[in-house]
Amino acid sequence: MTLLSTPRSTTKDVAIALQTSKASTRKERLFQLFLLFSTLVGLVILVVLLVDIVVDGFSSLDLGFFTDYTSRRPEDTGIRAGLTGTLSLMVLVALIAFPIGVGSAIYLESFAPRTWFTRFMQLNITNLAGVPSVVYGLLAAALFAYILNFGRTLITGALALVLLILPVIIVAGKESIKAVPPSIYQGAIALGATPWQAVYKQVLPVAMPGILTGTILALSRAIGEAAPILVAGAVFSRRADSEPWNLTEPFAALPVQIFDFVKRPQEAFQVEVAAAGILVMLFVLLLMNSAAIVLRNRYSK
Amino acid sequence: MTETYREINLSSNHRTTEDTMPQVQETVFSLQSVGIKYGDFSAVSNVNMEIYKNQVTAFIGPSGCGKSTLLRTFNRMNDLVLNSKVVGEVAYQGKNIYDQDVDPVEVRRRIGMVFQQPNPFPKSIYDNIAFGPRNHGVKEGIDDIVENSLRNAALWDEVKNKLKSPALSLSGGQQQRLCIARSIAVEPDVILMDEPASALDPIATLKIEHLMRELAAKYTIVVVTHNMQQALRVSDKTAFFNLEVDEEKDTRTGVLVEYGPTTKLFTDPKNEKTSDYIKGKFG
Repeated sequence: MTLLSTPRSTTKDVAIALQTSKASTRKERLFQLFLLFSTLVGLVILVVLLVDIVVDGFSSLDLGFFTDYTSRRPEDTGIRAGLTGTLSLMVLVALIAFPIGVGSAIYLESFAPRTWFTRFMQLNITNLAGVPSVVYGLLAAALFAYILNFGRTLITGALALVLLILPVIIVAGKESIKAVPPSIYQGAIALGATPWQAVYKQVLPVAMPGILTGTILALSRAIGEAAPILVAGAVFSRRADSEPWNLTEPFAALPVQIFDFVKRPQEAFQVEVAAAGILVMLFVLLLMNSAAIVLRNRYSK
Repeated sequence: MTETYREINLSSNHRTTEDTMPQVQETVFSLQSVGIKYGDFSAVSNVNMEIYKNQVTAFIGPSGCGKSTLLRTFNRMNDLVLNSKVVGEVAYQGKNIYDQDVDPVEVRRRIGMVFQQPNPFPKSIYDNIAFGPRNHGVKEGIDDIVENSLRNAALWDEVKNKLKSPALSLSGGQQQRLCIARSIAVEPDVILMDEPASALDPIATLKIEHLMRELAAKYTIVVVTHNMQQALRVSDKTAFFNLEVDEEKDTRTGVLVEYGPTTKLFTDPKNEKTSDYIKGKFG
C-alpha cells in the first residue's frame, strides 16, 4: 500500500519491496513438497503392487494357464472358464446395457417433460450409481434367479452387472448429450427435422464419444466386480463340456476365479496362481480403457 | 416476383421510392393480437401486422423489446422454450399455425430460420446442406440441391473444391452463408433471420446483406437487426418495437410501435419514439 500511495518512493525503496522474503519462499517450498509427496504415495503403491503381481504371477503365465480349466494342482490349473465367462459377460452386458442406458439418457435429456416426476427420477438414477455392487447382486439373485426362475446362470449374472452399470451409463449419457450445444438441435429443428431426426442425426453423433467412453469405463468396472456375480450365482469352475456362451448354464468369471484361488489352502494358489489371474484381468481392463481412449480421440477429430 | 427486387447501392443509401413498388402486395403472414408469454411474464403483446411476399421486412428496436421472440413465433421455434405461450393468431397463408391440427415440423419446412450465431452442424459442408432434403425423403439429385443452394447463397465458388471439408473450418461469414444455403435447400417460402450478421465483420456483413436482397426475389425474408443502417439498406418494410413499461403494475412488455415502408419510417416517422430511436436517442 505504501508503495502505491507514495509516488515519490525512491528506487531503493522499490528494490527492497521487490526482494523475495525468505519466510514465504520456505512456505512455498514446503507446500510443493507436500503436493509431490501426495502424488508419490499413489504412484509408489501402484508400482509396488504391479511389481509384486508380476514377480509372483509371471512364472505361472503359460499357454496352459489360458487353455486349462481349474485343477486341484496349482501347476495344472488355468483360467479358461473365467476368461471365457468374463468375455461372454462383457458382450452380454454391453449388448443389454448400452441400448437401454443410452435410450433412457436420450429420453431424460431430450424428450421427458420437465416435471417434478422427471426430476425425481433423475435424482434417483444418480443415487443408484452409488449403491454398493453387492446389493445389485442380491437383487438379481432374488428377481432373476428365483422369481423369474432363470436360475443361477450366465444371464442372471449378466443382468446383475447390467443393473450395476445402467445408472452409470445413463448419467454419462445424459452429461454427454447435455454438453452438445443447443444450437445444433435448434438448427436441425429449424430445417424441418422432427425432434427424433434432430437428436438421432445431429445431437447423438456429437455426444457419442462421451457416451462410448462412459459405457466402456462402466463396463470395465463391471467385469472387475466379484461380489455381485458371486451372489447372483457365479461358480468357481465350469465343466469342461459346457459352453461358455450358453445363457442358461452356470458361469465362471475372472474375478470370481481369483477369489477362489486366494482362498485355497495351498500357498502356490494364494500367491502365484492368483497373481497370474490378476495379471490377466488387469490386461483385459487395460485393453478396454485403451479402447475407450482410442474411441474418444477418433471421434473428437 | 422480381418487381420488388432492386439493386442496392450500399454506399449512398440511394433507393428507389416506394411509389415504383407494386401496389398489390400478397400477404404471407397476418398477425392478429399476437402476444407471447413466458409463464406470467408477457414478452410481447398485441402485435397486429402483415408480412408481404418477396419483401424483406426488418424488425428493429432496443434490446429486450421482444423482436427475436416474435420472430420465433413465425416458425414455432418458441415451442422449444419452456412455459412459452402464444396468444392471438399467427396466420401463414391464411392458416393459423398455432391451431391444434398444425404440425410444427411442417411449418418449419416452409419457414426456415437463420440464427444469430452461425450454427453449422459439425459435419462436412455437403452434409450440412444435404441434411434437410434427406430428412424430407429426397434420395436423388442431392448433389444438384447442394450446388444450387450454395450458388444461391453466394458460397459455391468459395467451397466447390472442398465440399467434404468440415463446415467448422469455414470463416464465420462463410458459416453463416452456409446456414443460409442449408435453409434454402429445403425450399422454404419464408426465411427468418435473427440478427444474422451481428457476429460478423463488416465485409462478411455486407455479403450477407447483398444476399438478402438477392434472396428476396425468391423468398420472403423477415430479419431482426440491431443495426438500423442495416434495416435501411436491406429492407422494404420496417417494424419498430419498443418496451412499454407499466409503472403501476410494474410490468414491461414489447409492443409494435410503428410499421411501414422502410424509407418512410426512417425519413418521416409518425411516432415520436420511433423518431427518437432512429436518431439514436435511446436503444
